[in-house]
Amino acid sequence: MNSILNEFKSTSALCEEELHDSLYDWDTANGFALPTFEFPAVHNLNRFMKDITSASAPCQIEIQHGTTTLAFKFKSGVIVAADSRASQGNYVSTSSVKKIIEINPFLLGTMAGGAADCTFWQRELGRQCRLYELRNKERISVAAASKLLANMIYRYKGMGLSMGTMVTGWDKTGPKIFYVDSDGTRVDGELFSVGSGSPFAYGIIDNGFDFDLDVPSAIDLGKRAIYHATHRDGASGGTVNLYHVKPDGWARIGRWDVEDLHWEFQDQPKPSPINSSVIG
Amino acid sequence: MSGKNCVAIASDKRFGVKYLTISMEFPKMFQATDKTFIGISGLATDVQTLMERFRFKINMYRMNEERDFEPITLANMVSSTLYERRFSPYFVEPIVAGLDKNNNPYINGMDLIGCSTTACDFAATGTPEDQLYGTCEALWEPNLEPEELFETISQTIMSATNRDCVSGWGAVVHVITPERVITRTLKTRMD
Repeated sequence: MNSILNEFKSTSALCEEELHDSLYDWDTANGFALPTFEFPAVHNLNRFMKDITSASAPCQIEIQHGTTTLAFKFKSGVIVAADSRASQGNYVSTSSVKKIIEINPFLLGTMAGGAADCTFWQRELGRQCRLYELRNKERISVAAASKLLANMIYRYKGMGLSMGTMVTGWDKTGPKIFYVDSDGTRVDGELFSVGSGSPFAYGIIDNGFDFDLDVPSAIDLGKRAIYHATHRDGASGGTVNLYHVKPDGWARIGRWDVEDLHWEFQDQPKPSPINSSVIG
Repeated sequence: MSGKNCVAIASDKRFGVKYLTISMEFPKMFQATDKTFIGISGLATDVQTLMERFRFKINMYRMNEERDFEPITLANMVSSTLYERRFSPYFVEPIVAGLDKNNNPYINGMDLIGCSTTACDFAATGTPEDQLYGTCEALWEPNLEPEELFETISQTIMSATNRDCVSGWGAVVHVITPERVITRTLKTRMD
């Protein structure tokens, strides 16, 4: 009579057992290890990966190449801002990407290049940072975190990884920005902009920057820089996402549609889409 | 895009090199006759050259024949002008849209060496061609009145260009009716 019920009962008991097993089967060596990947059986792996990920490949496997991201230090911390467009060639695949990745409450990473590469490796970095914290009973420095990332991706140099990222945060030494990319570059700096729209963003930041800027002005500068980049760069667009890194961790300041910012910065009210009517 | 005794033609206003936007006021359409427009997409220098050549030919025709081009004749002229350059083509894809002498809609799209296709519904060229055909198929229906046609073509071009990195930055729409041409500019997203 209770055959159906029993079936469910036994399954649930099994599930609990499995859960129990998985909890106590923690393999330390495996759990702390870096991720591994299967490689295709080809003669020249580097050449193969480069060929299938290059822009001229018949079937391109990366998405999100055009981007504008920026980060700059000022007296009250770091401003981190980015656009939100993901494109595949000329096609806009989505306009609501979160290109600023929250690695942990004190660390932010930005995303330019291959979306999957950036999300995967920064997630992995988050895991590594947590393990560091548990082992050493203190938070990891931005320098160490960025070096973990740089070293991890350096192992895959020349195999088609594509990422240009900024690791930012506030540690014992104060606010920090590190630029890390898939070529193996890792540099400490005051101001970086990464992506196809970066020349436009640099133009605005260099023009309006002052270390003693107050917080609202710094936010406005970051916002303007991304807006102007989305305006002139075809591969950037969508919304501006902005974060402020403070001594007690980062704070998400906001997100603005660049369509609204366009009219705000023109000091005009947002017009109706239909502008004028000329009868000829 | 054709309607009931009316046609509409629209284009965006961007001129750029690869992903760099240089101008947001670049005209891509011009009025060929009272009731016909030519829109040209493609390499900007060829767009300008061809606009001038077509203007010259249209004026010569008007002076010689003492009448205006019919849309179908105009499309044939455009097509043969392009085929003249069969082995060193202009890198353009023109569209001819207008009303003929009986006020029937005429729409024609062409490739770069003049292979013309007459459509009874709509024609689209340019980088967001795929998106345009998708939105056209979704939004267009037969026998639209001028105002409905304006709404349809505007929504079509705005949706399509918003999905293209290298199109947009404003748009222009001409709706051609037997009585008049209604020209409107659209304020679109500026990214």
